[in-house]
Amino acid sequence: MTAVVAQESQLSLAGALNRALADALAADPTVLVFGEDVGALGGVFRVTDGLAARFGEQRVFDTPLAESGIVGTAIGMAMNGLRPVVEMQFDAFAYPAFEQITSHLAKLRNRTRGRVELPVVIRVPYGGGIGGVEHHCDSSEAYYTHTPGLRVVTPGTPDDAYRLLRDAIDSPDPVIFLEPKRRYWAKGPLSDERIGFDRAVVRRAGRDVTLIAYGPMVATALETAEAATEEGWDVEVVDLRSLAPFDDETVCASVVKTGRAVVVHEASGFGGYGAEVVARVTERCFHHLHAPVLRVTGFDIPYPPPKLEEHHLPSVDRILDAIGRLQWDDEVVGSCGA
Amino acid sequence: MARTRAPERTLLPSDEPLSLLRKDGTPVDDSPLSMPDDDVLVELHRRMVIGRRFDTQATALTKQGRLAVYPSSRGQEACEVGSVLALRPTDWLFPTYRDSVALVTRGVDPAETLTLLQGGWHLGYDPYEHRVGPQCTPLATNTLHAVGFAHAARLKGEDVAALVLLGDGATSEGDTHEALNFAGVWKAPVVFLVQNNGYAISVPMSKQNAAPSLAHKGVGYGVPSVLVDGNDVAAVHAVVREALESGGPTLIEALTYRIEAHTNADDATRYRTSDEVAAWLDRDPVDRLEAYLTSRGLLDHARRAAVAAEAEEFAASVRAKLNVDVEPSPEDLFEHVYATTPRHLREQAALLREELA
Repeated sequence: MTAVVAQESQLSLAGALNRALADALAADPTVLVFGEDVGALGGVFRVTDGLAARFGEQRVFDTPLAESGIVGTAIGMAMNGLRPVVEMQFDAFAYPAFEQITSHLAKLRNRTRGRVELPVVIRVPYGGGIGGVEHHCDSSEAYYTHTPGLRVVTPGTPDDAYRLLRDAIDSPDPVIFLEPKRRYWAKGPLSDERIGFDRAVVRRAGRDVTLIAYGPMVATALETAEAATEEGWDVEVVDLRSLAPFDDETVCASVVKTGRAVVVHEASGFGGYGAEVVARVTERCFHHLHAPVLRVTGFDIPYPPPKLEEHHLPSVDRILDAIGRLQWDDEVVGSCGA
Repeated sequence: MARTRAPERTLLPSDEPLSLLRKDGTPVDDSPLSMPDDDVLVELHRRMVIGRRFDTQATALTKQGRLAVYPSSRGQEACEVGSVLALRPTDWLFPTYRDSVALVTRGVDPAETLTLLQGGWHLGYDPYEHRVGPQCTPLATNTLHAVGFAHAARLKGEDVAALVLLGDGATSEGDTHEALNFAGVWKAPVVFLVQNNGYAISVPMSKQNAAPSLAHKGVGYGVPSVLVDGNDVAAVHAVVREALESGGPTLIEALTYRIEAHTNADDATRYRTSDEVAAWLDRDPVDRLEAYLTSRGLLDHARRAAVAAEAEEFAASVRAKLNVDVEPSPEDLFEHVYATTPRHLREQAALLREELA
């Protein structure tokens, strides 16, 4: 049974995250929230608004401005029985912590044969579309999903934001929690039904083609699906939610049904997360495919300045164009050099 | 009414390294440090002798192909043993790859200590059983783990301090800076013991550091700093004990020397002279304490022979434990990556099983 958590009928994605943090802090005294500016300021996106006042400086606190220090000390705290939830403030600011994340956070369970468990959540506001200047708009998911030992999740709706963050904090494994910052202010209803990790979800049912999206691109994919009806295409949208581990079952069930798929993400395409999705779909659903699986991604460039980002980010039109290239004639499939 | 106030511990290290024993084993008259009790000194001696024998044995095991590599800490016994024996049972140790002698001094089974170097798995011991963090190969990353661990203890109201070991090269890494800064701000009960053995593999201190000493680096973070003679086990033990009991952070630089190369795979003659090594052999930490204990009547021929025999026995047990072929199960590859093994790893494990069938 699904109970309504929020009294408000609608809550922003940032508000849903705030509520998840508050509920987790209230439910478990070992949960800590810390990072840069998360205390009195409530975070630059206000995701931690009011938490320090409510739970005190022992539970919610500002740290020195040092990302490796934040993650490295979180590892030590988790070794000592606490459950740190840390904020990286902006995607590209997490890179100084990369060694702590990949060499230690991801590996300590394995290195110690399960004796050391690190229930750490690293919240990373990621992606563009907010007019941010350089180093504020990276999509860094491929770095983390390539690292065994990490769970990587990203919500596309306020409801998922709440539930995935509660799951992430409960997780015995470290979780990279990617927050689509351009959707922080998108509103939606909340329920308290737990999703469970590793599960993708069909956001919109359709017959002709599967759009595979996550995080900031879920809304864009849904918008595209609506627009596609004018072309007579019935588009299904799958929201991955969990990037690692990957939910083959939900994705492949959809692609087997539709026979066509497009993967959409903001990050650069080359060596990107979409390549993995295409490979998995191709390996598992090859005989059901009527066309090659396409990708619509950001260009293979450093993230552009605000006045050019609209050209870089996948748009409804660009995704519609990809759908159009999926050859609706079932007889001809992806000819090579013809 | 006059208010009493605890004296602030000084941030600045002394100009000369603090010591209790001169290199010939005679006591320093005006040392600000307190000489450890006789029974502690006798135990420090015993553990250093055992530690050195262990180190020699491990080096020999590399020549027999039993260990892939071994980073010797010969010459650094005063740091390894003096600091570990200063720990209270509830305190934690965060060691590096060179600190195997510290581990066996803490009571970790020698075979478990050498598991990493043997290649059977990345770690052999249970950190919680011995209160010893995983040996760390990337430099300085363990400093932050120690700060976090100690801060968590403080938040939980536990009287637990952390001792983190690092080398001189590790002080050049950014994590050391961040760890000292966090420890200073949080006043975390952490002792940073820098074993300055003169070289980061082959790069000497002159190319590593421009500060008057590595201990001076604590000043900028508000962390009390101590410079100590790292070949004087009594002095190392005294400063580490005092630092652990201070309830806050301390940076200790211990001046010492690694007599052997960086590892058995390194050729130290390419970057240092035999005269330099000889000069440090003259400051040997074991000889120094033996001279003092002998002069005090705390060590005689019989006691010496008994400790040597115990060290031989220890080495024999290390040989016996390591003289077996380690054959980890290929299935171990997929264990403990996550709390619950996800489907894609179960599939890969099945594939490997098929290959092996």
